[in-house]
Amino acid sequence: MENKYILSMNNISKEYYGNRVLKNVSLQLKPGEIHALVGENGAGKSTLMNILFGMPVIFSTDGFQGKILIDGKEAVIDNPHKAMSYGVGMVHQEFMLIPEFNVTENIKIGREIGDPTPFSKVFGSLLDKMNWEKMSADARRALDDIGMNIDEYAKIAGMPIGYRQFVEIAREIDKTGIKLLVFDEPTAVLTEGEAERLLEIIRIIAQKGIAIIFITHRLTEVMAIADSMSILRDGELVVRKNVADTNLVEIAQLMIGRSVDKFEDEGLINERNISDQNIALELKNFHVDMPGEQVKGIDVCIREGEIFGFGGLAGQGKLGIINGIMGLFESQGEVIVHGKKLDLTKLGEALRNDIAFVSEDRRGVGLLLGESIQLNMIFTAMQIKDAFLKKIAGLKIMDKAKAQKHAQEMIELLDIRCTGTMQTSGSLSGGNQQKVCLARALTMNPDILIVSEPTRGIDIGAKKLVLDYLTKINRERGTTIIMISSELMELRSLCDRIGIVSEGELFSIMAPDDSDAAYGLAMAGVREEVLV
Amino acid sequence: MKKLKTMLDKFGLPRLIIGLFFIVLLVTSLAIGFDPGVLFSDVLRRVLMFSILVLAMIPGVQSGIGMNFGISLGISAGLLGAVLAMEVSYLSSWTEKLGAGNPWLTLLLALAIGITLAAILGFVYGLLLNRVKGSEMTVSTYVGFSVIAFMNIVWLSLTFQNGELSWPLQGKGLRNTASLAGSFGGILSEPAVIQNTQPAGLKWIAFNVGGVSIPLGLILVFILCAFIIWLFLQSKAGIAMSAGGENPTFTLASGINVDRTRILGTVISTVFGAVGIIMYAQTYGFLQLYNAPLMMGFASVAAILIGGASVNRAAIPHVIIGTLLFQGILVTALPVVNVVIEIGTLPEVLRIIISNGIILYALSKAKGGSSS
Repeated sequence: MENKYILSMNNISKEYYGNRVLKNVSLQLKPGEIHALVGENGAGKSTLMNILFGMPVIFSTDGFQGKILIDGKEAVIDNPHKAMSYGVGMVHQEFMLIPEFNVTENIKIGREIGDPTPFSKVFGSLLDKMNWEKMSADARRALDDIGMNIDEYAKIAGMPIGYRQFVEIAREIDKTGIKLLVFDEPTAVLTEGEAERLLEIIRIIAQKGIAIIFITHRLTEVMAIADSMSILRDGELVVRKNVADTNLVEIAQLMIGRSVDKFEDEGLINERNISDQNIALELKNFHVDMPGEQVKGIDVCIREGEIFGFGGLAGQGKLGIINGIMGLFESQGEVIVHGKKLDLTKLGEALRNDIAFVSEDRRGVGLLLGESIQLNMIFTAMQIKDAFLKKIAGLKIMDKAKAQKHAQEMIELLDIRCTGTMQTSGSLSGGNQQKVCLARALTMNPDILIVSEPTRGIDIGAKKLVLDYLTKINRERGTTIIMISSELMELRSLCDRIGIVSEGELFSIMAPDDSDAAYGLAMAGVREEVLV
Repeated sequence: MKKLKTMLDKFGLPRLIIGLFFIVLLVTSLAIGFDPGVLFSDVLRRVLMFSILVLAMIPGVQSGIGMNFGISLGISAGLLGAVLAMEVSYLSSWTEKLGAGNPWLTLLLALAIGITLAAILGFVYGLLLNRVKGSEMTVSTYVGFSVIAFMNIVWLSLTFQNGELSWPLQGKGLRNTASLAGSFGGILSEPAVIQNTQPAGLKWIAFNVGGVSIPLGLILVFILCAFIIWLFLQSKAGIAMSAGGENPTFTLASGINVDRTRILGTVISTVFGAVGIIMYAQTYGFLQLYNAPLMMGFASVAAILIGGASVNRAAIPHVIIGTLLFQGILVTALPVVNVVIEIGTLPEVLRIIISNGIILYALSKAKGGSSS
C-alpha cells in the first residue's frame, strides 16, 4: 500500500526548546494529487514544511521524530539541497528571484548549462561558457508548461508580482525529476485575476503527475482546487478529508474548534460599568502604512473599562492598528481618546495621553536587552512622565533607589523569576521578559493598555499568569485593555468583544461565545451570504 | 577553575594578551637599563595626554553612531580654538590688563572657542550621520580624512601676527608645529613649567615624587571630564541617548526622537574631541597642525576597543584600561626596539608596525569582552 504514495511523512513530532509544535502528524500524497494544508497561524504548517525541506532551523534544534518516505523509500533530508535531489521543490511566499537577472537566468540559476572552453578544462567547469541557446530553450519549455507566454529574456525587475510568481514556479518545474511541489500561500500577494490564473497553473502541473502541497488561509481556494486536505491545529493533525466530502463551514469549524474556557473572574471585584456612552478610544477611518500589516480604513469605538480584542490572520492588519496608534508607523484618520483628538505626527503622543503599549516584538521593540530589568521597567515612565528622577544642579538624574524599589515591587507583583533588579533583561526567559514589558507599561499607570500578542512564545504557566494579571488590572483598576492576539482562544476567553480584521478592514465585531464556524469564516474573510 | 574562566571571559582574551605584552615590554625596558622613574613618568603623561580623546568615543558609541572616526572634526575645532586664542592673547590689549598673554586665560579662551566651534560642527555632522544610518563608521572615517584636508587649506591661508604660529619666512600660513612654551604648554602637567613659572599657590598642579613626575592638574581634568560623561549618562537625556543607541525602535516606542539623541551624542563626542586635543597639545607642549591629527581617530578607537568596549557599548573603565594598554605599549616599545635593533630607520618602521598592528588587532577583536 505504501508504494503508491509519492510522499509519506509518518508520525512527525517536533519540539522547540521543550515546546511541542508538532505531535504525531502524518501526511500522504499520491502523484498528481493536490493536497491542501490548512490551519491557523502557529498550527504547525511551516514547521512541517521546514522538516520536509531539511531546513537548518530544524537541525539546529535537535531535529525531529518520525519518518519521511519518498517513493516508498526512507529519505534522510537534513539539508535543503537533499530535498531538491529527492525531487521536492518549493514556491516561496517571498520571491527568491534576482531582479536584475532576466527570466532565463533566474530559472536556470545554479543549474546553468555550459560548454567547455580551454580555460574550463584547466580550471574546472565553473569557467564554462554559458550555452544561452540551451538554457533559454529549457526556460521556454518550462514557461510553456505552465502556459506562460512571457519573453524568456525579459528582466524580472519591473514585472508584475503575478508574473514573478510564475517565473518562480517555472524554475521549480524546470528542475529535472521534480515529484512534489509545495506552494506556501502563493495567492497571498496576488490580485484576484492572478490568483485564478495561478490556481489554473497548479492544476496543469498536477495533471503532469506532480504532487502538490498547497498551504493557504483562503478556504475558498481550497474548495476550488484541492483534491484532499489536512487540517492542523495546535501541532496536531485534526483530520484528513477529501474536499468533495466536506464544506466550508465544516472546515472553518475544524480549524478553530476548541472548547472555550470563559475566563474565571470569580473572586475579583467586578465594578466595571461598560456603556456605549463612555468611549475610551475611537478610531475614525484609520489607515496605517505598516509594511505587511496595512490598515485600510477602520472605524471602531472601544468602551471604557472593557477588554477589546483584535483578531485575524497574520498580515491582515491587526498589528498595524496598534502600531499606528502608538505612532510607530505613519497613519491617517482620527484617533480620539476620551474625546480628545490625538496628533499622531508628534512622537509619543499616545503615551502622553495615558496609553501604554506592550509590543508584539518583545526582543526587537519591547526591551533593552543589554540593560537591567530595573531600567527597562522605568524607562518609558521616566522619559514621558519625568518619574524616577531627581534634580542635581539642574540636571535630571535617575533616582536609582526609587527605581530599584519600584522594580522590586513589580518583580514580586508579577512573580518575575530573576536574580535581582539589576539582571539584564536579555538573560531572562521569554515569559519573564514579557512580564518586564508588562511592568513597564503598568509603570506608566495607563488609562488604556494595549497589549499585542501578550503570550507569544511563552510557556503555558506564564501564559496563564499574564492573562490572569491582565484581567485583574482590568477589573480592579478599571483599565481599558486592547488586546491583539493571533490565538483566537485567548481572545475569546478574555475579551468582552472581538474585532476580526481582514484585509486591512474590520470584518466584524463578534461576541466571545459566537460559534467556531462563524469565527473560522470571519478569519478567512468569508461573508455568510457568499455561502448561501 | 570555573570562576577563573568566567573572570577571564569577562576580562577578555585580547586584553589579556595585550596586557601581558605590555608587561613584557615594561620588564624588558627596565632590564635593559631604562630609568624606571622616567619610564613611568612617560607612560603616565602619554596615557593622560590621549585619555580625553578616547573618552570622546563614549557618547558616540552610546548614542548609536558607533566609533566616531570623525573625531578629527572636534580635533580641528580644538586646534582652531587654540590658534585663535593664542593670536588673540598676542594681539589684544585687554589680556595685558589681566597679565600679558596669561597662559591660563589663553587656555580657557582656547577651550571656549574650541567647544563652541565643535558644538556647531558636531550638530551639522550629526545631521549628516542621521542620513547614513547603518554605515556611520565608514562615513565618519572619510569625514575625518576630509576635514583634515580642508583644514590644511585653512592653516595655509590664515594670516596671523603671532610669530610662534606663523610660518617664519613667509608671514602667511601657519607652522607645522607651533611651540606652546610661552603660552599654555605644560601648565597642567609639566613639573618644570609649574615649579618655575607659577606662584606658590599653584605648585601642587604638577610635581616630582621620587623621580616620577605627577601631572596632578591633568589628572584632575581627566577626572572632571570622566565625571561629566558619567553624570550625563545617568541623566534623563543620557539614558534616552544610550537607549537610542542600543535599540532605536524601543526608544521610538517610548516617544523619544532617536535622530535627536544621536545628534546629541555626536555633538558631545565632537566637543570632547576639541577639549581632548587642547589637553593633548597642552601636555605635549606643541600644537601640531596639518596632517598630524590624521590618524588620531584611529588611535582613539583602537584604545577604547582594546579597553573592552564594543561598537555598541562603551564605558569609562574601557577608556582607562584601553588607553593605558595602547599608549603604554607605544611608549615602552620604542626604546626597547631602539636598543634591540640598531639599523637605520628600522626602529621607526617597527614602531609604526607595532602601533598599526595593535589598531588592527583591536578592530578585529571588536567584540571580545564587551560590556553586555
